[in-house]
Amino acid sequence: MTAVTALREVSAATIPATPTAPRLRIEDVRLEYTTRQGKTVVAIDNISIDVPDNQFAVIVGPSGCGKSSLLYLVAGLNEPTSGRILLGNEEVDGPGPDRGMVFQSYTLFPWLTVRENVEFGLKRRKVPAAERDDIVNRYLNETGLAAFHDAYPKQLSGGMMQRVAIARALANDPKILLMDEPFGALDSQTRHSMQKLLLRVWEQHKKTVLFVTHDIDEAILLGDRIYVMTARPGRLKEEVVVDIPRPRTLDMVMDPEFIAVKRHILELLKNEIKDDDEH
Amino acid sequence: MARKRSLVDLCLTPKAEIPTGLRFAVSTLMWVLVLGAWSIATYGGFMQDIFLPSPSAVIGAFFRLFEDGTLGQHIWASVKVVVIGFVISSVIAVPLGLLMGTFRVVQAGLEPLVNFIRYLPVTSFVPLFILWIGIGIEQRIMVIFFGTFFQQLVMIADVSRGVQKDLINASYTLGATRRDALLHVLTPAAMPGVLDTLRVTMGWAWTYLVVAELVAASSGLGYISMKAMRGFQVDVIFLAIAVIGILGLLTDLVFRLLRMRLVAWAN
Repeated sequence: MTAVTALREVSAATIPATPTAPRLRIEDVRLEYTTRQGKTVVAIDNISIDVPDNQFAVIVGPSGCGKSSLLYLVAGLNEPTSGRILLGNEEVDGPGPDRGMVFQSYTLFPWLTVRENVEFGLKRRKVPAAERDDIVNRYLNETGLAAFHDAYPKQLSGGMMQRVAIARALANDPKILLMDEPFGALDSQTRHSMQKLLLRVWEQHKKTVLFVTHDIDEAILLGDRIYVMTARPGRLKEEVVVDIPRPRTLDMVMDPEFIAVKRHILELLKNEIKDDDEH
Repeated sequence: MARKRSLVDLCLTPKAEIPTGLRFAVSTLMWVLVLGAWSIATYGGFMQDIFLPSPSAVIGAFFRLFEDGTLGQHIWASVKVVVIGFVISSVIAVPLGLLMGTFRVVQAGLEPLVNFIRYLPVTSFVPLFILWIGIGIEQRIMVIFFGTFFQQLVMIADVSRGVQKDLINASYTLGATRRDALLHVLTPAAMPGVLDTLRVTMGWAWTYLVVAELVAASSGLGYISMKAMRGFQVDVIFLAIAVIGILGLLTDLVFRLLRMRLVAWAN
């Protein structure tokens, strides 16, 4: 489908300026769970992360390091064993519309059209119909979905579905956007076009984002700062600040700066894998 | 694999699609074979017509009963029982089943009990129902209800358990309350499965109807075939069976159409 890769250009005038988004603080968060055999497993071992306002933060780490679990904790879909998570001055207590989330699995509501999916959160929050239409149209345009507004999820490709999921989360105007390997299931062509789209959308909104991935290129391309995690139990290994200027483009992966950051992260993760083997 | 595959090859390949024409031909052939065997057995004199009536005898019985109005009357009596029993059962089982699959506490409360009752043969309750509520229409409705309700409950609970949890999580992150998640996410998500369950259990309802009518009834398709047995009217028994089959086919069609219309998004 050519429409998947075709990116629609939208004038910056249609996008409202977002005021400073509140910072996210993860304070000494620990997550344990008990297996069926009664063994206690530490999924996240006392992590503290401080994401400043309007930053694109990426958590990267080997599979099973608890990075998705951490995101679910921030979303309030699960509770930490100890520690707390603060968004602005408010402590996270259960899920809420201030923390929008894009899931790795396709979570569009299949009985709703693209438009109705994007509208879902606005309806729940009882936004008046006229205002709702404006917001939905704006985000449909911004994500290049206007032509597909009447389609059902079944009729869309994986990349298109994730676009709708992004539009749906953004339309709700959350304080922070949580993204759990949203492009992990896509083929590399589609993934690149989605990264491009996300960069463009984000550079206009500058909403605080917490993005989980295991793809190092993706992390560097998108992120202002990268939190590198260790494998089981998940610990924070290092916080890497990415100073590559914006707007960023996909061909920056060849730049010496980019490669330097990549080498550094690979080094961190290589040690990680070696540590893991010694166990 | 060969570029051009023969029809025989396609027919022998697991899950391979075959041309529509061939599919129709095979379906028609089966009917022709069954009706042909029946015709040969009866018109050829291989079977006594007291045990196996000829196709024309069954058609004759149809016109005889149709013209004196009894067929319509008995069909209506049966349809009424099935529909009332099935609707009462579904109206309770659908919401309760959804709750049972969604809330562990409802599951814990109902599941052991339901699974116990579910395995009791409905037929064994017929004497009890006759004793309690007589042989009127209520008794037959009760049999249908008892036969379908517990099955529906378990199947619908399974449907709602199968709804992807992240769908509900996604709704929470969009500002849905627990009530919203139940009404606006879980229920619509379960709809295709619920309709499939209703379609399957409707078939069972017809089966239980005949059981109920064979034992104690004064009208209905099961009743006329019981009466026909006493009078050695085998053609009427065949007619009753054929009518039940056709009614079953029609209700199935109605459910298919309903599914296509109501949950077009799932097709």
